[in-house]
Order: sequence, then C-alpha cells, then structure tokens
Amino acid sequence: MFSRAYRTVVTAPPLVWVTVFLLVPYVLMFCYSFWSVSLSQTIVHSWNLDNYKELIEKPVYWQALLRSMWIAARVMLFSLLLGYPLAYFLSFYAGKRKDLLYQLVIIPLWVSYLVRAYAWKTILGSDGVLNTLLQYVHLTSHPLDFLLYSPFAVVLTLTHIYTPFTILPIYAALEHIPRNLIEASHDLGATPVQTFWKVIFPLSIPGVVAGATFAFVLSLGDFLAPLLLGGPSGIMISNIVVSLFGAAYNWPLGAAISLGMLLVVVSLLFLSERLEKKWSFS
Amino acid sequence: MSAGATNKARSSWLLFHAAAVFAFLYLPIAVLILYSFNGQGVGGFPPHNLTLDWYRTLFDDGAIWDSVLNSVQVALAAMAVSLALGMPAALALDRAQFPGKALFRRLVLLPLILPGIITGLSLLMLFKLTNTKLSLLTIILGHGTALISVATTEVFAGLQKLDRTQEEASLDLGANYWQTFWRITLPNLKLSIIGAALLIFTLSMDEIAVSFFLIGRDNTLPLEIWGRLRRGITPEINAVSTIIFLFSLLTIVFWYRLRLRTEANADLGSELL
Repeated sequence: MFSRAYRTVVTAPPLVWVTVFLLVPYVLMFCYSFWSVSLSQTIVHSWNLDNYKELIEKPVYWQALLRSMWIAARVMLFSLLLGYPLAYFLSFYAGKRKDLLYQLVIIPLWVSYLVRAYAWKTILGSDGVLNTLLQYVHLTSHPLDFLLYSPFAVVLTLTHIYTPFTILPIYAALEHIPRNLIEASHDLGATPVQTFWKVIFPLSIPGVVAGATFAFVLSLGDFLAPLLLGGPSGIMISNIVVSLFGAAYNWPLGAAISLGMLLVVVSLLFLSERLEKKWSFS
Repeated sequence: MSAGATNKARSSWLLFHAAAVFAFLYLPIAVLILYSFNGQGVGGFPPHNLTLDWYRTLFDDGAIWDSVLNSVQVALAAMAVSLALGMPAALALDRAQFPGKALFRRLVLLPLILPGIITGLSLLMLFKLTNTKLSLLTIILGHGTALISVATTEVFAGLQKLDRTQEEASLDLGANYWQTFWRITLPNLKLSIIGAALLIFTLSMDEIAVSFFLIGRDNTLPLEIWGRLRRGITPEINAVSTIIFLFSLLTIVFWYRLRLRTEANADLGSELL
C-alpha cells in the first residue's frame, strides 16, 4: 500500500547515516587492527598480523580478557539470582501493587551509572559509610580495606547496575505465560514445585537469556567501574584498551583487542538469539 | 493443609527476597542523598552537622553549571538526530523491503547492547581519519548515532500497535502519503515518540562511555563529575547527583501520568465508539 517514493524517503536517510557512522567505523576498526605504530608515533598503514601475534603471545591480554569474563559471569549470575525471584514475585504475588513495584524497578535505571558507581565508592571506602558504621557498632576495630579497590567492589557495583536489566525481560516473559497453563498443571496433579520447574521456568527461559546477555555483555566491556572501584587487581580488558588509545598510544593494538571484544559480543548475541528462539512459546 | 503452609512459607520467602533486592537497589541512592547534607564530608557514621552548605557551594560552582548547559545542548541535539533518523528507520523496518534489511536492523540496534567503549572508539577512528576536531559536536554525533537504536525500537513498537486501516482509509479518501503521515501516522505515534524523546534525553544526559572518547575541550556533566572523582570526593558531587536524581524522578512521574492520561483517553474513545 505504500508507494515506492514513500519507501525510499523513509529508507534512504537512516541507511546512509548508519553506513557512515556505524558500518564505516567498524570497518575502520578492522583496518586499524592490521596497521602498526612507527617509532615516531605515527600510524603506519601497512598491512600485517603483528597485533594479533602479540595478543596471542603475550599472556597479559589473555589474562585480562579471562578476568573480565569471570567478573562479567559473576555479575550475570548474581543479577539472575537477585532478579529472577523478584520478577517472579512481581508477576505472581504482587497483586494490586504490581504497577507500583514495577516502576520501582525502573527508577534506578534512570539514575546515572556514574552516580551509582560513585555511591558505592563512598559506601565501601576505608573511611566510608560501611566501615565507619561497622566501627560505630563495634563489629570491627579498624576499617576493612578489602571492600574497595578489589574485584569484589566491581562485581557488587555492576550487579547493582545490571540487576534491573535482568528483572525486566524475565518479568515480561513471566507475564506472557498463559495462566490457564498453570491451572492445567495444578489440575493434572502437579505440585507447585513441579509446576514451576516443568511449566513456568521453561517458558521464562527467553527472558532469562535476554537478561543474562545484557548483564554479561555490558559488564564485559565496562571500564569505568574498574577505574573507580577496581584497584590494580580489578583491571579489565577495556582498561587496557583505554590506555592503548591514551598514554600508551598504540591504536592498532587497541583496535585489535576491541575487535576481539566485538567478536565475543556479537557471537554471544547470536547464541542468545538462537536460545531465545528455541525456548520461545508460540 | 500442609500445602497451604508451604505455599505461605514460599510467598513470605519471596516477599523477604523482594524487600532485600529493593533495599540493595535503593540503599546506595539513599546514602548518596543523605550525605549530600552531611557537614563532615562523605563517609563517617552516623552523619551529623546536617547542612545545606554543599548545595550553596554547588550553586556558586561555575564549571559545574557550564557542564550542565553543555549536557543539555548535547542531549537536545542528540534527541533531534536520533528521532529524525530513528522514526524513518522504524517506518522502513515496518513497511519497506530492501536488500540488506536484516543487516540494517542489526546494525541500527547494535549500539543498544554493545559496550559504549566500542561505539566510542570506532567513531573516534572515523573522526581521526577525517581530521574532525573533537568537540561537543562529535559527542552529539556519537550520542545521536548510538541512540537511534532507542528511537527505532520505541517507534517500531508504536507502529506494531497502530491500526493500519486508518491509514488505508485516509489514502482511499484521497489524502496523499504526506498528508496521511502528518494527520494519521504521526498523531498515532505521539506517545511512542514522546517516550523515546524522554528516554533519549535522559540517556544522553547520563552517557559517559561514548563521550569519554569523543570529548573535546568542553566537558559534559558526567565527564566533569568524572574528572572531579579522580581528584577526590566531596559532598558537592552528592549534591549535584541528588539534583540529577530528583530531575530524573520528575521526568518519570511526568511520563507515567502522561501515559495514564492518554490511555484513559483511548479507553474513553473506544467507549464512545
């Protein structure tokens, strides 16, 4: 029903923009990863695989990537453990307060990422709120210094930030489960526990996968929480990229690492899409 | 009888868990606000010497307000860019067929889930190659491009709910595509567009990962705060964070009431029919 001209008018501008500002930059990142830096700190546009060789040979990059994935995996796990029962509660037990509680999940999302990371810094520091509270009630005589500047602080902060991201898709998936399926399960003699594991949980998997992907991918690429709260043992892969694009001035190597991250992210997205499709109820 | 008891135990366990998660989500925000009034600085329990001094310091702090002004400009411009491209992108995805459509859809939505560092760095390379000087303009281009994803998803969701017969009727009655778009399509998408605009504005105001790489001489608010955090923490940052929080809260309440009212009107409309 729409004319050719109409379709061209709505298609062409976003197509051109997305090509120039998304596709071309990604291609450029790909090209950069094969270039190198000369001794005089200029970028040499000669094609070679040196950056990739360095990534494979030097353990520091592998270790940082593995550490980041381990941090992201913990964030994902804790967000799901906190988020799933809450989403379940909202969907099945909240009754009339459902809308209000749903809004309460969303509000923290509108609070700046930086502000929340900063709040945790003021809580966890050695003269921070938590340590002075513990001393005030005489639970400890001197500040616990493992709280801040540790992977623990990074995992805690990122879990705080990404838990709402996991709650929302899980809640949406739970809300979409036809209630008569659950009634049927009860009528056919299943216990509530059986009904949960055989009916409700399988049908909520697409939401779980979506939430888990969000939490994992966004934590994996984070560099601000580690800078603010991580200390030397909490350095993540993105922090290395930031320094390569800054003081260390090796854009090509930084581009190679970023491209590796992009690859990990895109394959995870692909995987989660497959999983969601496989488990979706239709 | 025992089934009822376990059921009750389960629901009270869930209630307890929900309360704990909400505490986890809100406690840091509460601490943040509380210590913006603490005369002794950030930290120290219990807080005492409650004061408004930090807010006074904040209101005299020119650098902060300059950065707020920059952020508002960036957010408004980014909103215009991403809506101007996200709306047609949603229309294209909804009603046009063209080669590479699947790739286009993925590409548009990618920044939504991609860590900001990748979006920021890839654009930095583009600007370096084209010798574009980094400034607020490059941040606008970065935010505008990344947030097309938000505009597209919101407007696309609106289009899915749109009653196609209204547009068909308009075209059958002799209106051209342009008139139909202005008189039928756009008014029906009003709520999605306002929702997208508010969301984009807030996201842009808070954005730091992309801006981090595209910043020129002028700071946005998050980058100004970031710079200060590296030098040490003062309750002035709590004060400005509290104000941002209240502002976001007002935006949500505004949006929520607008939606309720529009939905109520829609219900009323269907009753009249």
